[in-house]
Amino acid sequence: MAKLSIEDLKKIKESVQASVTLREGGYRAKVNIHMGTCGIASGARQLMTAVMDEIQKRDVKDVIVTTSGCAGLCSREPMITVELLGDPPVKYVDLNADKMREIFAEHVLGGKPVEKYALAVGSETTF
Amino acid sequence: MATKVFRSHILMCAGTACVSCGTFKVRARLEKELKDRGLDEEVKVVITGCNGFCAEGPIAVVYPEGIFYGHLKPEYMAEIVQEHILKGRPVPKYFYKEPVKKVAIPRMKDIPFFGLQVLRVLRNRGLINPESIEEYIAKDGYVALHKALTQMTPEQIIAEMKESGLRGRGGAGFPTGDKWEESRKYNRFPKYVICNGDEGDPGAFMDRSVLEADPHAVLEGMAICARSIDSHEGYLYIRAEYPLAIKRVTMAIEQGRNLGVLGKDIFGTGFDFDAYVYPGAGAFVCGESTALMYSLEGKRGMPRAKPPRSAEAGLWGMPTVLNNVETFANVPQILINGAKWFNSLGTEKSKGTKVFSLAGSVNNIGLVEVPMGISMRSIVFDIGEGIKGGKKFKAAQLGGPSGGFVPEHLLDTPVDYDSLEATGAIMGSGGIVICDEATCMVDSARFFTAFCVDESCGKCVPCRIGLSVMLTKLENIVGGKGQEGDVEFLDDLGRHIGRMSHCGLGQSAPNPVLSTIRHFRQEYDEHIRDKHCRSLVCTPLIRFEVKEEKCKMCGLCMKACPSKAVTWEKKKPAQINKDLCTKCKSCIRACRFWAIE
Repeated sequence: MAKLSIEDLKKIKESVQASVTLREGGYRAKVNIHMGTCGIASGARQLMTAVMDEIQKRDVKDVIVTTSGCAGLCSREPMITVELLGDPPVKYVDLNADKMREIFAEHVLGGKPVEKYALAVGSETTF
Repeated sequence: MATKVFRSHILMCAGTACVSCGTFKVRARLEKELKDRGLDEEVKVVITGCNGFCAEGPIAVVYPEGIFYGHLKPEYMAEIVQEHILKGRPVPKYFYKEPVKKVAIPRMKDIPFFGLQVLRVLRNRGLINPESIEEYIAKDGYVALHKALTQMTPEQIIAEMKESGLRGRGGAGFPTGDKWEESRKYNRFPKYVICNGDEGDPGAFMDRSVLEADPHAVLEGMAICARSIDSHEGYLYIRAEYPLAIKRVTMAIEQGRNLGVLGKDIFGTGFDFDAYVYPGAGAFVCGESTALMYSLEGKRGMPRAKPPRSAEAGLWGMPTVLNNVETFANVPQILINGAKWFNSLGTEKSKGTKVFSLAGSVNNIGLVEVPMGISMRSIVFDIGEGIKGGKKFKAAQLGGPSGGFVPEHLLDTPVDYDSLEATGAIMGSGGIVICDEATCMVDSARFFTAFCVDESCGKCVPCRIGLSVMLTKLENIVGGKGQEGDVEFLDDLGRHIGRMSHCGLGQSAPNPVLSTIRHFRQEYDEHIRDKHCRSLVCTPLIRFEVKEEKCKMCGLCMKACPSKAVTWEKKKPAQINKDLCTKCKSCIRACRFWAIE
């Protein structure tokens, strides 16, 4: 076996970095999926699966995913709130897994809110 | 190589305290509830070392929010999973509640117990899985060892340690850098590095928690020490009563060898170091360095006279560095962040932080790490959040059987080696036991003396015979047979034993008696002259009579009495029939008004 080097240590560190970020709060963006009864009934779990899949696939380390209860607008579920650190939060409505992936790429990673799915900007924060 | 990503981590404390409260049952139920809801692919349950807040166990902290749940039971888990994990609504009824106003505090970092601590040695506690070397590496693990092997000479390592001002955390406070330098001077090989994990003080559990929560930090510290003195073999002497610590350290050594941070040719630098665990057989005296080494050699654990110091002739007669668990755990961070970072905290002669185990009659029992120089009052009343059940503080016992009692009027003493010694207590390894007004100081002194009589190895006369004589006197006093002059006799004999004993055990064993005489002389006099124990602990001195003017006629004493010796009718003071009374003190514990004496 080749001897362990400092590069190997760094590689190991990077591979488990996401866990550490999650526990220490050093994240850049937060995707909050509304998981009230209404949200779950209209398909919030598919959004969750989609977003976790994106994070895994793209090896993203600074995004956290949280859940919350019903936001009060049950007719427009499934909904999410995307918060980039320093920016006002954006609420998205009437989503499905594909739209979720689009928002993840454009807004969460790209920094540009996807206006066509957005309900409102800056209504409330959960930070 | 991307590892699987989870949206939430639930960190469950699996220190010994929480495990004995049922962590694993809670975990099994939690995992089942997650699986039933199909959440087991999204949420990861991680077992960590001691979180520190042992009074609240079993504990789980849910990330990313950092929500703290305490006193968990398996049947709570369905609700927590359904409400919090699935729907994102944390469940307030299981939050930590501040003991005075009963306000619920959801986030771990907002709880005063955690907020006032400075975590260095315990920086990874409750945050990483101690059974995973990868998680330790994610927290910059083994970077310090790499630096020590590739960028620093042994002399530079020792210079850095000396500059840091780190002093031995086992109790004596010997400067660590000086010890290493001394050992480096001798050109006899092989040399040894020993980690002392024979934590024997009643009420102390710092070393256990460090070993359980962050075993790799200790191993890394030992390897760095080995490099500085040119040793290639280390032993961790861990008491056999710590099975979980032994298991985790053994596992950590195995992982270290597999990865190549222990064993031959570490990091390809040609430096070899390997470590072995030696379970101690449970004698208090084996915490003394020379006795520990004899025990390691397979001989009877008895101290020998110094000099020569262990640095010159230790294990198998070879130069040996022996440090405490916490001392080694400090080392990697000193090398990474530098001596100046380390000594920026603390007082003039005591640098850095100190881990204490807080136990006894305090609300927040647990493991705390505080900067040197913080006041005792702050530890007891801010971090500990005061005394249980609204009772009054009487004294803080520091340093176990070798230590002393800090009374109320000295509570503002800063916590450092020298200030504490001036009060008659010692820093010790860091056990703090809080005594409330229901603790009898004479009886506590008797307890610690009895402990030392049991644990004395018997080699030298002052300790073997002197302590027994002290114990007899103390037993007389608490038994109501004390005589005038006993206190002076104890004081005199105690000082002699302290001066004449062979090793640290005997030298410090009279401390509990001497310090209670110094600060609580009045209680001794009451026991001897008035045959009275104000804390109602010493049974022979209790008359078991109801004081009618204090009795509120509530009848609690009657209900508590197992032998039906208490008679009571509504609106009449209770009475105790002494023929039936077995002096079990149930009535005294039940009475809220100190009406039985």
